Amino acid sequence: MDRAFSWVAAFPDEVWEHTFSFLPTDADRNAVALVCRSWHRIERLSRRKIFVGNCYAVEPAAAVRRFPEVRAATIKGKPHFADFNLTITDWGGGAGRWIQSMAKGWPLLEELRLKRMVVSDDCLEIAARSFKNFRVLSLASCEGFSTAGLASVAANCRNLKALDLHENEVEENCINWISHFPESFTSLVTLNIACLDGEMNVSILERLISRCPNLKTLRLNHVTPLEKLVGLLHRAPQLVDLGIGMLIGEGHPGLFSKLESAFAHLKHLKNLSGIWEAGPLYLPAIYSICEGLTALHLCDSSIQTPELSKVVSRCKNLQQLWAMDLIEDDGLIAVASSCKLLRELRIFPSDPHGLAQPVYLTQYGLLAVSSGCVMLESVLYFCRQMTNSALLAIANNCPNLTCFRLCIIEPYTPDYITQEPLDAGFGAIVELCKDLRRLSISGLLTDRVFKTIGASANRLEMLSVAFAGDTDAGLHYILSGCKKLRKLEIRDCPFGDKALLDNADKLEAMRSLWMSSCSVTLGACRLLAKKMPRLNVEVIDENGGGSLESWPDDCHVEKLYIYRTIAGPRTDAPPFVLTV
Amino acid sequence: MSPPLEHDCNVLTERICSATAAGDGILNLKETELRLGLPGSESPVRDDKVGLTLELLPPKSFFTGAKRGFADALDAGAGKWGLAAGGGGSEKEMSKGGALFSPKREGASGGKTTVLGSAAKDEGTKAAGRDSNISVGNSDEIQREIAPAAKAQVVGWPPIRSYRKNTMATNPPKNKEMDGKHGFGCLYVKVSMDGAPYLRKVDLITYSDYKELSLSLDKMFSGFTIGHCSSQEIPMRDGLSESRLLDLLNGSEYVLTYEDKDGDWMLVGDVPWKMFIDSCRRLRIMKGSDAIGLAPRAMEKCKNRN
Repeated sequence: MDRAFSWVAAFPDEVWEHTFSFLPTDADRNAVALVCRSWHRIERLSRRKIFVGNCYAVEPAAAVRRFPEVRAATIKGKPHFADFNLTITDWGGGAGRWIQSMAKGWPLLEELRLKRMVVSDDCLEIAARSFKNFRVLSLASCEGFSTAGLASVAANCRNLKALDLHENEVEENCINWISHFPESFTSLVTLNIACLDGEMNVSILERLISRCPNLKTLRLNHVTPLEKLVGLLHRAPQLVDLGIGMLIGEGHPGLFSKLESAFAHLKHLKNLSGIWEAGPLYLPAIYSICEGLTALHLCDSSIQTPELSKVVSRCKNLQQLWAMDLIEDDGLIAVASSCKLLRELRIFPSDPHGLAQPVYLTQYGLLAVSSGCVMLESVLYFCRQMTNSALLAIANNCPNLTCFRLCIIEPYTPDYITQEPLDAGFGAIVELCKDLRRLSISGLLTDRVFKTIGASANRLEMLSVAFAGDTDAGLHYILSGCKKLRKLEIRDCPFGDKALLDNADKLEAMRSLWMSSCSVTLGACRLLAKKMPRLNVEVIDENGGGSLESWPDDCHVEKLYIYRTIAGPRTDAPPFVLTV
Repeated sequence: MSPPLEHDCNVLTERICSATAAGDGILNLKETELRLGLPGSESPVRDDKVGLTLELLPPKSFFTGAKRGFADALDAGAGKWGLAAGGGGSEKEMSKGGALFSPKREGASGGKTTVLGSAAKDEGTKAAGRDSNISVGNSDEIQREIAPAAKAQVVGWPPIRSYRKNTMATNPPKNKEMDGKHGFGCLYVKVSMDGAPYLRKVDLITYSDYKELSLSLDKMFSGFTIGHCSSQEIPMRDGLSESRLLDLLNGSEYVLTYEDKDGDWMLVGDVPWKMFIDSCRRLRIMKGSDAIGLAPRAMEKCKNRN
């Protein structure tokens, strides 16, 4: 052993291990592992949680080998823009190889969280049978499995605590999969089945809920009738997080008071989510729990702003509000005056393609919230108009913003009063919000905004850009600035080869770069791939694949995905995805 | 003996195609609109103000005379309607279009926002803004009459998860003065195929007829389908392919079926396209042998709807 590191032996390994357990982030642990061989060994043998941001960045077998004692794994697959159908079906992100390696190398795995991956029923079956201590299964934005797969999870995972299915595409071929939880099964703490479309046998669900006294999170799917919901709620008064699925009001009297009393029993409820189709008359049923709520995610299509404002003004402890833009400026003003603890606001468009009458949601709403809610950290806002002055005011009001995503629905929309680009507004956001980690920009934007972002956004980790910029300089500013940038996704911008090639090294310091409908040519991709062996430069060709070699250098690349990897080009790419 | 319904569909199809082919102008398209029943009889027609499909009914007052190609329509409208690039269908084509058609920045904001902009100049008084919003609404409405049919949708924009879109598509927001139609210009449905390991999803709004849908599905499931391959070589003369799909039934191993609003499984191709996308909840490519029982039921339903 190195003389210089002999101090390491002053303490037994267990002491170092214990010390390392206090390190909050994987990055810290990675740093520790670089100090010396002993620490590297101790750290790797004691790492219990692993986060793989890009499933193709490393070979599953290699990851499993390096960290043999992992108990919790989080793995992400497809690029973020896959959520908006910008990748092709069959792009990849299959979980199979990971599950197989994990089944072999991590038999004691307790928690598995997969996001944007393709998970087959076989995968679920293997996981269910291989991991004896399986406690948490969380699948978000995944696809490829069916309720038959869920049935095998239910049947085999004796100690499952959490089954969390968040916005997955699930084939529903096994109607009573819930009945596969054995009668002796009582450990459930989280059940989120909101994404399932099919009918659920409510009495089986009721029995399951009744025998799981620790159930804290229950998110139902949208076909639970109101009457049945009431029954379920009575069986689980300890719930902390409730998803009502889609609540449809039914005519008969007495139902309102039943609903009201069911909610009143939920003394511990903190999160309420779902789609409220029951209409404004049923809404007062939830008044009794509003004060305790810290998170409200209500997609409502039947409630007008006045009624919604009444709800919101009772939610004095609200920290997280997700709502449709039907809440309008007035509703947000009510939020601003009542929800002083608000940290996160997400407003989604009810009519993204502008086919109906516009809603009265403008920059005023966001401005109001920014000025009334001083703890605001995270914003996702879809709207149709914005001004530089509003953005400046928002930045001034909320210098603690960590996530700011503004989507002005119509591309290239300028400041609607001055008709100028929104460079100044977004510039203010990045200059004044020094902790900004995630940013999405929209509207009419020139290269200037990128210059500001590159220069000022020092903590920015993820940037999403669409329909913006004038020239390649825009991309160059980003890549040459933004020291902490990890993920960059760009669509429909006039960015091209030069910026990419000039900043090739930066790409290896990032997790990934997505560019679609920009001005990149195949020649640049080839040069880049040659220069940076630890990058996978993938080009998506929708016309059926074929041989990459035959194409000329000046051929336009429509979709480009570049990511760093130590695993080399991937072997499971479909014919449409070609690694340069 | 072919059922009268099918015959009508074919007749209407031919009339549409000859109308556009001969460059008859757009003026009398209403007659050749797809609908059930004999030509000339009144029957409920979907309100086309909500422009869910392109091509067949371009704005009457805006264009003159001759048939315009898709690209021409976009070119003319690019400034007015903001970004107007094609959605779905062939990505490649759209991409080229996207690069060429980026609207001029001066008029860039597109119909709606300029209207909003001019009406809401006074940022101070909200009341004033509110009032002008109302008048905006009216002129917006007029804009909408002109715009939607030719305003195509950009793939993946606005950036909302299709999952979320779907939820809203089945629960359209009941806005104040809305006509009660879908507020959403997209409709994702799952497509499953017997024997294939994964579900796909398609946005029905991006297709304008059965042929496009069939081609697209063929591409998606190309590893599995056998009989559908031939659809690519069929010449364009015939336009819509309701009859084509029914023909394929006999020849191919797989048939395309869909689950409608009532939960019944029907053969795809029996009803006019617009009616189909209105009622289709999911698609399934099933083995021909399994689908034999479906045909009579489908015809029954259509008759009952009449």
